[in-house]
Amino acid sequence: MAQNPAGSSTLAPDEVERFAALADTWWTLDGEFGQLHKLNPVRIAFIRDHVLAHFGRTADRSAGSSQGAAGGGRTGEARPFAGLSMVDLGCGGGLLTEPMARLGADVTGVDAEAKAIGVAAAHAAAQGLEIDYRCALPEALAGEGRSFDVVLAMEIIEHVADIDAFVAACAQLLAPGGAMVLSTLNRTLKALALAKIGAEYVLRWVPPGTHDWRKFVRPDELSRALRRNGLRVRAFRGITYNPLADRWALSEDLSINYLAFVTRSAIGGRNRAT
Amino acid sequence: MTIASPSATGRYAADVAIVGGGLVGGTLACALSGLGVATTVIETGDPAASLDAGFDGRASAISLTSRRLLETAGLWAGMADEATPMRYIRVTEGASPLYLDYDHRDVGDEPFGYMVENRHYRCALYERIERDPNIAFLTRSSAAHVERNAAGVEIRLAGGAGVHAPLVVAAEGRNSGLREDAGIRVSGWSYRQVGIVCTVEHERHHGFVAHERFLPGGPFAILPLKGCRSSIVWTERADRAPAIMALDDEGFTVELARRFGDFLGAVRVVGPRWAYPLSLQFAESATAERLALVGDALHAMHPIAGQGLNMGLRDVAALSDVLSEARALGLDLGAGDVLARYQRWRRFDNTLMLALTDGLNRLFAVDATPVRLARNVGLAAVDALPPLKRFFMRHAMGLVGELPRSMRGA
Repeated sequence: MAQNPAGSSTLAPDEVERFAALADTWWTLDGEFGQLHKLNPVRIAFIRDHVLAHFGRTADRSAGSSQGAAGGGRTGEARPFAGLSMVDLGCGGGLLTEPMARLGADVTGVDAEAKAIGVAAAHAAAQGLEIDYRCALPEALAGEGRSFDVVLAMEIIEHVADIDAFVAACAQLLAPGGAMVLSTLNRTLKALALAKIGAEYVLRWVPPGTHDWRKFVRPDELSRALRRNGLRVRAFRGITYNPLADRWALSEDLSINYLAFVTRSAIGGRNRAT
Repeated sequence: MTIASPSATGRYAADVAIVGGGLVGGTLACALSGLGVATTVIETGDPAASLDAGFDGRASAISLTSRRLLETAGLWAGMADEATPMRYIRVTEGASPLYLDYDHRDVGDEPFGYMVENRHYRCALYERIERDPNIAFLTRSSAAHVERNAAGVEIRLAGGAGVHAPLVVAAEGRNSGLREDAGIRVSGWSYRQVGIVCTVEHERHHGFVAHERFLPGGPFAILPLKGCRSSIVWTERADRAPAIMALDDEGFTVELARRFGDFLGAVRVVGPRWAYPLSLQFAESATAERLALVGDALHAMHPIAGQGLNMGLRDVAALSDVLSEARALGLDLGAGDVLARYQRWRRFDNTLMLALTDGLNRLFAVDATPVRLARNVGLAAVDALPPLKRFFMRHAMGLVGELPRSMRGA
């Protein structure tokens, strides 16, 4: 198994240690990552719809649409991401990486925590999925000169040590004309109450200490950090939890969890932060 | 050719493995194929042998929502010519002059449903399956061993071949072996009643009327078939049924005619008759690790409202909705959170339908005068109250409850 990488700007050792202790439960539905499993359909649908639209591809049937299936109701393309290269930063046990591979993307999963990478690689092998898992930091991958059509940074930016360094590494990893999807927690009092105190201490969805509220990122801060690196936010959407249905859904409310769809222009150089 | 016996050493990989290739299992394979999901069906019988009319002279009621699913699955066109619409439903009770009349025009211009003989359904099913490259239909084969774990489902067939899939569906009927292996318990009870099923010919045309008569022995249904024929579902007390079944054709026809009446002229029994002890049975869970139950494996019910197959088809519609959504998101089709959606969806729907159907039968099986009076007044009251009547009619058509996408109108 790979060693945890060290000595770099985005690594937060205490965060990595916290996730290492939970490595065995990545694929347990009623474990610490249970809510992440529930969140998965919503964030995948967001990624799929925006990425397909950005690259001019179609999937004529979106999840949760209420269209009548009369007349065949065939799915458009079973592997709509075929031919797209993708990197999933902070992939953990591969909860998001595996669906991306099933949708046809050529995916690299990256995480700073070695145990998670071990869990993810074993799980993908059992599923017969080909995924390139790497225990590394984004800046190391960027240093190798790697670039991808799509960069995913989901529920990760609130765990890194230096947001600007992280965004700069993301920008380097993104090919010209590429797209990036981020999700994180907003630094509002509501998020402190619900996502931090509610989820950690009251509902006990995740272990206490999973999140540090001070590291939560406001949408305007994210926009600015992205812009400094030549990236543009095209869409912000909120994700809200419906306690009665026990389901997550997209919304216009960005005050707690939110998603951002980000693009890099196809032409011209980038304003690389150093 | 996709319908064949498995080769001894074959290894079949599919998105979904279905054990049981009858009406429900076969329809599921077709519905999933239409959504781009490849299936391998494991069936003990041989479809070619089952197409003979002598094998099964029974017929099934297809509700309006079930017809929509069959259209979506590409099956309706193959049986539409043989389907008889039920345009009117007349409910009567014993000798009572009061009755309840349902006219399909009260709820729209579609019939309440259709009667389709099972052999025509099977014909449409196997013709459709035979030319579908997404379906591998393995005949005369059975699952000798099924291993379900976090990585997937591995099925070893009796002949030595293997099937691998992320999900296995139990569609083998009320005595489901997969359900038993998974340790899913069943609850239910037996009625001291037997369902006698046969086909009759009568002199006059039925005029597309379905009759449901609540007689002291149990409900007696006359369901219109093609031409001057009807399908009979005759519920009788368990202690009387053996004597009726033992009668010769002449004696049986006399007993039947006493209940049928002469409103369509002389009545003659054609083809074989069957008798089934009636019971209600439902599995306590619709899912287990990488396993989903559909049809009679999940719920076997009293045939009073003709909803047995329709409920199985609702399982098919709900499961194909859940699986097509999961597939569009790249999720593992057998994952626990995917199956949990199917479980939630089916639990409420099945419970409601079982309770409604069972309650209706119990109400009409009691032969005490105050209950009869209440019932008669009740029937007349329902007839006098259009909204209530419309609810019952929509129930008969299968339009009550939350409908899977493939069953909703466009």
